[in-house]
Amino acid sequence: MDAIAHHIRHEEHPTGLMRWLTTTNHKDIGTLYLWFSLTMFFFAGALAMVIRAELFQPGLQVVQPQIFNQLTTMHGLVMIFGAIMPALVGFANWQIPLMIGAPDMAFPRLNNWSFWLLPVAATLLVSSFFVPGGSMAGGWTMYPPLYIQGGISYDMTILAVHILGLSSIMGAINIIVTILNLRAPGMTMMKLPLFVWTWLITAFLLVAVMPVLASVVTMLLTDRHFGTHFFNAAGGGDPVMYQHIFWTFGHPEVYIMILPAFGIISSIIPTFARKKLFGYTSMVYAVAAIALLSFLVWAHHMFTVGMPVAGQLYFMYATMLISVPTGVKVFNWVATLWRGSISFETPMLFALAFVCLFTIGGFSGLVVSLVPVDIQLQDTYYVVAHFHYVLFSGSAMAIMGGVYYWLPKWTGHMYDEFLGQVHFWLTAIAFNITFFPMHFLGLAGMPRRIPDYALQFADFNRLSSLGAFVLGASQLIFLYVVVKCIRGGAQAGDRPWEGAESLEWTLTSPPPYHSFTVAPQVK
Amino acid sequence: MIMANHSSEYYVPPPSRWPIVGSLALLTLAGGFILFLDKMAAGPYVMALGAAILIYMLVGWFGSVIREDQAGKLGGRVDMSFRWGMVWFIFSEVMFFGGFFGALFYARNFTLPSLADAQMLWPGFSGAWPSAGPGIREQFTPMAAWGIPALNTLILLSSGATVTWAHWGLKQGRRRQLKIGLILTILLGLTFLVLQAHEYLDAAFTIRTGIYGATFYMLTGFHGMHVTLGAIMLTVITFRVFAGHFSPDDHFGFEAVSWYWHFVDVVWLLLFVFVYWL
Repeated sequence: MDAIAHHIRHEEHPTGLMRWLTTTNHKDIGTLYLWFSLTMFFFAGALAMVIRAELFQPGLQVVQPQIFNQLTTMHGLVMIFGAIMPALVGFANWQIPLMIGAPDMAFPRLNNWSFWLLPVAATLLVSSFFVPGGSMAGGWTMYPPLYIQGGISYDMTILAVHILGLSSIMGAINIIVTILNLRAPGMTMMKLPLFVWTWLITAFLLVAVMPVLASVVTMLLTDRHFGTHFFNAAGGGDPVMYQHIFWTFGHPEVYIMILPAFGIISSIIPTFARKKLFGYTSMVYAVAAIALLSFLVWAHHMFTVGMPVAGQLYFMYATMLISVPTGVKVFNWVATLWRGSISFETPMLFALAFVCLFTIGGFSGLVVSLVPVDIQLQDTYYVVAHFHYVLFSGSAMAIMGGVYYWLPKWTGHMYDEFLGQVHFWLTAIAFNITFFPMHFLGLAGMPRRIPDYALQFADFNRLSSLGAFVLGASQLIFLYVVVKCIRGGAQAGDRPWEGAESLEWTLTSPPPYHSFTVAPQVK
Repeated sequence: MIMANHSSEYYVPPPSRWPIVGSLALLTLAGGFILFLDKMAAGPYVMALGAAILIYMLVGWFGSVIREDQAGKLGGRVDMSFRWGMVWFIFSEVMFFGGFFGALFYARNFTLPSLADAQMLWPGFSGAWPSAGPGIREQFTPMAAWGIPALNTLILLSSGATVTWAHWGLKQGRRRQLKIGLILTILLGLTFLVLQAHEYLDAAFTIRTGIYGATFYMLTGFHGMHVTLGAIMLTVITFRVFAGHFSPDDHFGFEAVSWYWHFVDVVWLLLFVFVYWL
C-alpha cells in the first residue's frame, strides 16, 4: 500500500483551471457536469421568472411578444439539454464507477470531451440572444416552417443541437461500455443497483435517438440554406414529416430525462425505509418495457396535425400501455415503504414528493393520451402543467433529492439538514402553487406560448406567478446549502445513511482519486 | 500507471489536453459554418481554422492512443472497451442514416400520395415516384440503377472481400497478403468515390429538384462522406501495418476500421435498392 500512496502523491495533476480543462477523472467530470447543470438551471429559471412576470396580469407589461416567444423557446431548450440531462449525466459519472466497483469510466478522455462540448453548445445557444433578429422564437421543438424562416440564431441553434448530440452520444457510449465491461468480479447484471440499470437503458436510448435528431435538424439546415424541399409541400416534402422524425427522437428523450430519476428514487427509498427495494427484477423489466414502448408512441404529440383514425387509436392505446410498467414502478416504491422503518431526511422527503407528484404528472399524461380529450387540450396550459409535473417534480426534484443523498459521499461533509428541509418544503409547496392552477387554465382553454390572455384567466395566472417567484427564490437556498456543504460541516463518515447498501458506501467520503484501485469482491 | 502492479489492470490515462482542443476546434468550425451560411466573408476562413485545429486534435489524440498501445499499456479489458465502443458508435451511425431513410419512405408512401389526392390544390399531379413535387415544374431524368451505381455496388462489395482477405492475412501472419489486401481496398474505395463524383457531375437534376433531389443527394452525399472517412481510416492503418504494428492476435485498430468499412458497404446496398433501383 505504501508504494501506491507514494505513486499517488507523485502522479502529476495540473491544478487550478488546467485541472478542470484536462481532467480524465470521473469524479472531477461529474462535478463539472453538476455545476454546469446548476448554472443552466438558474439561467433558464431566470427566463421562466420573466415569463411569469409577463403573465402576472393580462396585457403586455414586461416584454414584447417576440421576446416572450424567445424566452419560452430558450427556457425549454436550456432546461432540457442544459439542466436536466447534464445533471443526470453528472450523477452517472459520479455514481456508476462507484456503484459497480470500477477505477473510472471506460473512456476517461472521451468523458472529458463529452463534458467540454456542453459549454460550446451553450455558448452558441445563449449568445443567440445578441445576434440580429434575436434568439430563436419557434419553440423548443424547432418545427418548420417557422424554423426555416428565422434568422442567424436558428442556425446557431441547429449547430448547438448537433454538438449537444455529439456530446450525448459519446457520453452514452461511455456509460454503456463502463457498465458492460468494468463491473467488479461478482457484480452480475442482476446485482447492479437499479440506478445503474436505469442509466444503461437510458444510454441505449440516447445512442439510438440522438442521431435521429441530428439527421432531422440537418434537413432543416439544408432546407434553410441549400434548397432542399424536405419540409416544403411544393417540392413533395411535408412539414408533418419533420414532426414524425422529431418525435421519434422526442418521445424517447422524455424517458431519457425520467429513467435515471427513477434510478435515483430507487436508491433513496430503500435506504430511508431500511428495507431492500421491493420487486427488483420487475423494476428492471419495467424500465426496459418503458424504453421499448417509448419508441412506439411518438405520434401522440401530434394528434391534431391530421392522421388516420386507425393511427390515432393505435397511438392512444400504445401510450396508455406505458402506464402499466410505470405503475409497476410506483407500486414497487410504495411496497418498499410498506412496514419499513421510515425516517424523513431531506433526500427521502424529495423521494416521497417525487412518488406523489410524478404520479399526478403520469395521470395527466394519461388524460392527454385520450385522442378526443387531447384535441381539446393540445397546446393549452394543461400540457404545460403535465410536463412540469413530470419534469420538475419528476426529474428536477429527483435530482435535488439525489444531490442531498450523495452530497455527504461526494464532499465528506453533512449538508445542513434544517436548511435542506426548508428548501424541500418551499420547493414542494411553491411548485404546486405554480403548476397546479395551470391544469384549470388549460381545461378552460388558455393557450401556451402567448404573452397576453383573456381576463377570465387572470386569477389563476396571478397565483401561478406568485408561486413561481417563491419557487425560483427558494432554489437560492439550494445553492447556499450545496456551497456550505462543500466548504465544511460535520464529518459524514463512510456511510452516513445506516440503511444504504450499495458499493459506494464502502469507500471513504470523499472517495479516493481512483475510486476502486483494488476491485471489490461482490458476493 | 499507479495500479499497474495491483489487481485492477484497467488503464486510466493521465489528464489530457486533446478533448479541450477538440472543443475549441468544434466551436471554431461551427462558428465559421454559421458565418458562412449567413453569407459573411470571414466564414470560410474561420471554418478552415476550425478544421485545422480538429485535424491537429485527431492526429494528436489518436497518436497518443497508438503510442500507448505500442507501449503495451492497454490490456485486454481496454481492448474489450474499444470493441463495445466501436459497436455502439456504428449503431449510432445506423440510426443517423435511419433518419434520412425514414424521410425517404415517408415522402414516398405518405406525402406524395396525399398530395396527389388533393387534386383541387394540385390538378393533374400524380404523386408517382420519382417526383420533384407538385410545385416544381422542372423535368428531370432520375438516376438509372444499372449503370454506374451497379458498377459501384460491385466495387464496394469487392472491397469488402479484399479487406476480409487482408484480415485473414493478418491473422495467419502473412503480412504481404495483408498489405496487398489493404492497398486494394483503398484503391477500390477511391475508384468508388471517383465514379460517384462522375455521377454527380453528369446528373440531370440537383439537390433543389424537390424531394427526389433532396433525398438522393443527402443520402448518397452522407454515404460518400462516410466512404471518404473510411478510406482515410484505411490509409492510417495501412501506414501502421507498414510500420510493423498489429499482431495476429492483437489488432483491434484494424478490426475497427474493417467493421466500419463493412457498415459503409451495407448502407450502400440499402441505397442501391431504395434510392437507385426501386
